[in-house]
Amino acid sequence: MSHLATPGPLRVVSWHAALYRRLWRVNVLSSLVQPLVYMLGLGVGVGTLVDRNTASGDLLGGGSYVAFVAPGLLVTTTMVLASGESMWPVMAGLRWSRGYHGMAATPLSATDIVLGHAVWTTVRSLIATGAVACVLALFTDTRSWGLIPAVVAAAFVGLAFAMPLMAYSIDAEMDGGFPAIQRFVITPLFLFGGAFYPVTLLPAAVEWVAKAAPLWHGVVVARAFTTPGGAPIDWLAVAGHLGYTLLFSVAGTLVAVRRLRRRLYP
Amino acid sequence: MPFVSVPPVMPPTSDSLIVARGLTKRFGDFTAVDGIDVEVHRGEAFGFLGPNGAGKSSTMRMIGCVSSPSDGSMHVFGLDAATHGAQIRARIGVVPQLDTLDTELSVKENLWLYGRFFDLPRAECRRRATELLEFAQLTDRADSIVDNLSGGMKRRLSIARSLINEPELLLLDEPTTGLDPQARHVLWDRLYRLKQQGVTLVLTTHYMDEAEQLCDRLVVMDQGHIVAEGSPRDLIARYSTREVLELRFAADGNEAAAAQLAGIGDRLELLPDRVLIYADDGETALTETHHRGLSPESALVRRSSLEDVFLQLTGRSLAD
Repeated sequence: MSHLATPGPLRVVSWHAALYRRLWRVNVLSSLVQPLVYMLGLGVGVGTLVDRNTASGDLLGGGSYVAFVAPGLLVTTTMVLASGESMWPVMAGLRWSRGYHGMAATPLSATDIVLGHAVWTTVRSLIATGAVACVLALFTDTRSWGLIPAVVAAAFVGLAFAMPLMAYSIDAEMDGGFPAIQRFVITPLFLFGGAFYPVTLLPAAVEWVAKAAPLWHGVVVARAFTTPGGAPIDWLAVAGHLGYTLLFSVAGTLVAVRRLRRRLYP
Repeated sequence: MPFVSVPPVMPPTSDSLIVARGLTKRFGDFTAVDGIDVEVHRGEAFGFLGPNGAGKSSTMRMIGCVSSPSDGSMHVFGLDAATHGAQIRARIGVVPQLDTLDTELSVKENLWLYGRFFDLPRAECRRRATELLEFAQLTDRADSIVDNLSGGMKRRLSIARSLINEPELLLLDEPTTGLDPQARHVLWDRLYRLKQQGVTLVLTTHYMDEAEQLCDRLVVMDQGHIVAEGSPRDLIARYSTREVLELRFAADGNEAAAAQLAGIGDRLELLPDRVLIYADDGETALTETHHRGLSPESALVRRSSLEDVFLQLTGRSLAD
């Protein structure tokens, strides 16, 4: 056995990083501007409306509407980012610029490529939500140390979307399905997944769908940490919610590895 | 035409880099490679020659350990490809048929990153990249984005990249397909230099001139089988005559002319656009043609090539 110092997945990460270096400025900028726009739009507009309705106070956990929405913004950011990163770029790696095939001719394996994607997606999620958290720290309503664990919870959600979608993209023949996934999965979850209002307000059937997806679980955890003067953290519940998102990540990873191996090493 | 029996393969020797026995690759009902025996020795340039779909690329992918044999065995560097794929891949270079370059990155970034895949230290990646850019005549394009390079430059970069791990064995799948003649000659020159440095080359091609230029030894493949094996010169001596007379007659006249040409030379081949007469002396054959009262629109005497070998072995021309 030859001795290989750097684990395979990290060698794949250095490839992702090199590609990202070309566009990180635009990326980080949009990561900052987008939440700022949401914060102003929702906080100033919707927030004022909601906060005047005294009955909504209990539903929002006692804080302002802006404080309620902030963790939702963190977690939806990673959902949108990680799912996009796991569709077109995966298809590019296999079919367009074929970078995965280049790696397959080296000692790297399908497992290295998939785990490298997982690590890289997590890094991207942390960069993007880190930027959002910096914006949130500018506002008194949303400034708290809880933003740090919330960023971590968001990364869990990113992975839970990234890995199943990577598995899907590996076997996708064309990129035509990707916009449909965005329209019919990602955008509805963005709107109905508990980011902007408690899912208990939804009809029961929709509520259960929202709770079945990993997004809501991440939002609940992030919110538990960021709600000002919130209840003490129920660590068992946190573990349960994050464990649930991990099921998606692990299942997606296993399927992705099997499919990629079949594609790269027929 | 029946397949010509393949001469027995030599027993494995210590300098055999690749030994394949009964190598078979099936995709569902389709058999791409049908039980071939191949042996490649250290330091030689070895070619797989054949038309599209002959099984060349499937064989190359098995040698490169990115495809596992359906049957038979494959050893590279004495290691079993079925179980030691990663170790074998660490010691070979692969120039695939389709480029896998990172087109939005610069030329030198492509080299550095590929070196990282082999876990070379960063400083070593830089040092080798500088050398390889020189070798590939791309030094002045080091900072160019790959997308902006010409086809020939991209191919040279692919070759440079495949050498980043200083491979003992370089696999090239149709290295010059789609390149203009000048770019092909530059590439051949680089490959010849590599061979002089002791790198073992294995390549596939459907260009006869490429095989004749580069290969010490080659196998001719057709429909998953090896139909002949030897040096280009051996193969021509064995399967063809010294010279070939190519005759073209007026439209639809080839077939009628062929009937009248019977008996001239060793053998006659009727193609859609011309008649080939295989003879050791082409000029004599041409004189005889005129004696028989035939006046072809054009007549050309040339030396036999591997194309003729292929035609003789399979009854089809390579371009089909």
